[in-house]
Amino acid sequence: MHTQVKFCKIVGKREIAKNQVELLLENEILAKEALPGQFVHINIGSEKNILRRPISICDAYDNITRIVFEIKGEGTEILSKKNVGETLDLLGPLGTGFTVKKDAKAVVLGGGLGSFPLLYLAKNLTSPKVFLGFRDKEMVCMEEDFSACGPTVIATDNGTYGYNGFAINAAKEAMDDCDIIYACGPTPMLKAVKQIAMEKGIEAEISMEQRMGCGIGACLVCVCKTKSGYDKVCQKGPVFKASEVEFE
Amino acid sequence: MNTKVNFCGVEFENPVVTGSGTFGFGYEYSQYYNLDEIGGISVKGLTLKPREGNKPPRIAEVYGGILNSVGLQNPGLENFLVNDLPFLKKKFSKCKIIANIAGNTLEDYIEMGRLISQSNVDLVEMNISCPNVKHGGVAFGTDPCMVSEITCKVKEQCNKPLVVKLSPNVTDIAAIAKAAEAAGADGLSLINTLLGMKIDINSRRPILNNNVGGMSGPAVKPVAVRMVWQVANNVNIPIIGMGGIQDGNDAVEFMLAGASLVSVGTQNFVDPYAAVKTVYGIEEYMTKHGIEDVNELIGAVKPW
Repeated sequence: MHTQVKFCKIVGKREIAKNQVELLLENEILAKEALPGQFVHINIGSEKNILRRPISICDAYDNITRIVFEIKGEGTEILSKKNVGETLDLLGPLGTGFTVKKDAKAVVLGGGLGSFPLLYLAKNLTSPKVFLGFRDKEMVCMEEDFSACGPTVIATDNGTYGYNGFAINAAKEAMDDCDIIYACGPTPMLKAVKQIAMEKGIEAEISMEQRMGCGIGACLVCVCKTKSGYDKVCQKGPVFKASEVEFE
Repeated sequence: MNTKVNFCGVEFENPVVTGSGTFGFGYEYSQYYNLDEIGGISVKGLTLKPREGNKPPRIAEVYGGILNSVGLQNPGLENFLVNDLPFLKKKFSKCKIIANIAGNTLEDYIEMGRLISQSNVDLVEMNISCPNVKHGGVAFGTDPCMVSEITCKVKEQCNKPLVVKLSPNVTDIAAIAKAAEAAGADGLSLINTLLGMKIDINSRRPILNNNVGGMSGPAVKPVAVRMVWQVANNVNIPIIGMGGIQDGNDAVEFMLAGASLVSVGTQNFVDPYAAVKTVYGIEEYMTKHGIEDVNELIGAVKPW
């Protein structure tokens, strides 16, 4: 039995914050197979921008897979113009996601759009403490979704909503008393998570991002430096143990 | 309908192979279809010793194509011969395996040619045209004298058909092709990637950490077709044509220009079934034009 390209009908679409687009994709197999932290690789159907776009899976339930992405460049711009009723050609679920330690004392730490792939994880944890950072009030999103999973603190860089400062600073106390940190967000944040986890001797898993080619491990483009050399983000990652990652 | 092509004494079920560096060692795409449906695969470029590759980012998207600067990350030839090759040979009976080799020095190439002779690889593709490594690579492929020396010396040690992969980053590709032929190459493959660059105008930084990289994808196709045609007019050894092939029609164009085999590369990233769809596309073209034997297409362009 061979892996198939999946065709998913867009059954829901909305802008959940400025330039942050949510699509609900209908495909039973995809929703069943998806694990927290994995991604899908979407053909945007452009002759100019030929590469597929890797987008993290935000949530999966019944026959629906929810993805959320930021309109950042031409590719995501094209993707943002797809409408309900249209069908997307995608590969997935791909990659290695988070190790779900259901009953562990977990801190879930998201920075900006790095928050999106953490929802499906948080939903699978018994009592996660969630900390999400955004640039400003305008960018804040998914607070309700996360609050349904556990106590959730929102931080904004300029203090226009919630905690004034970075989410990692808001999470300091919680990280003093936890078994594992799960994080996704900007590199400086992930670097800090690694350092904190190493100091405290606790586990941490971080989701890495890199410019990607095939998405299935064949082209060796999307690599991340780890203790064992350059590992493929699309296959060994995107989620790595923080202790394994070597920041360059 | 006959789709079989005899290339350098090796019988390919059909003329479609995959481009080195775009198809790993076959495992990943074999999850999507049976590799016996295509003619063969050229594996990720191998070096004598394992190689770490370049610092990322290693890919940039450009108009109708991509730039890459992987820098030949690979587990080394021995690892391939011990682990990957037996898997491929056990699982696939028809799909031909082309070992793509790249070296830092002349001695590396010679040693690899010798080691592969003892394996059941079907063909060797000698990469003297990689633009992404500091030593060797394209340096061997831009001077006819060097091409001649390296081809001759590897041929002495290697009992497999030797295909020399040519760089398009030269003034006169026909001169390089003739040098390889005269030195004993059994076949040629072209084109490797065109050296390119992309700059992020906001950060003023190149996208690639290597600053420059090799361009591939549909945008390079006209250059590739032209080079295949020029080379085919100047040599008598067969050619694997590649550069921006997306479907059967593109493949037919390369064959008309003079290619005996065609290679699908970057398009695999867009569509994992690209190579097998190219096979079907060629067959459709043959049916539509009443062509009995795919070999009739090779070099059948009618130039003005």
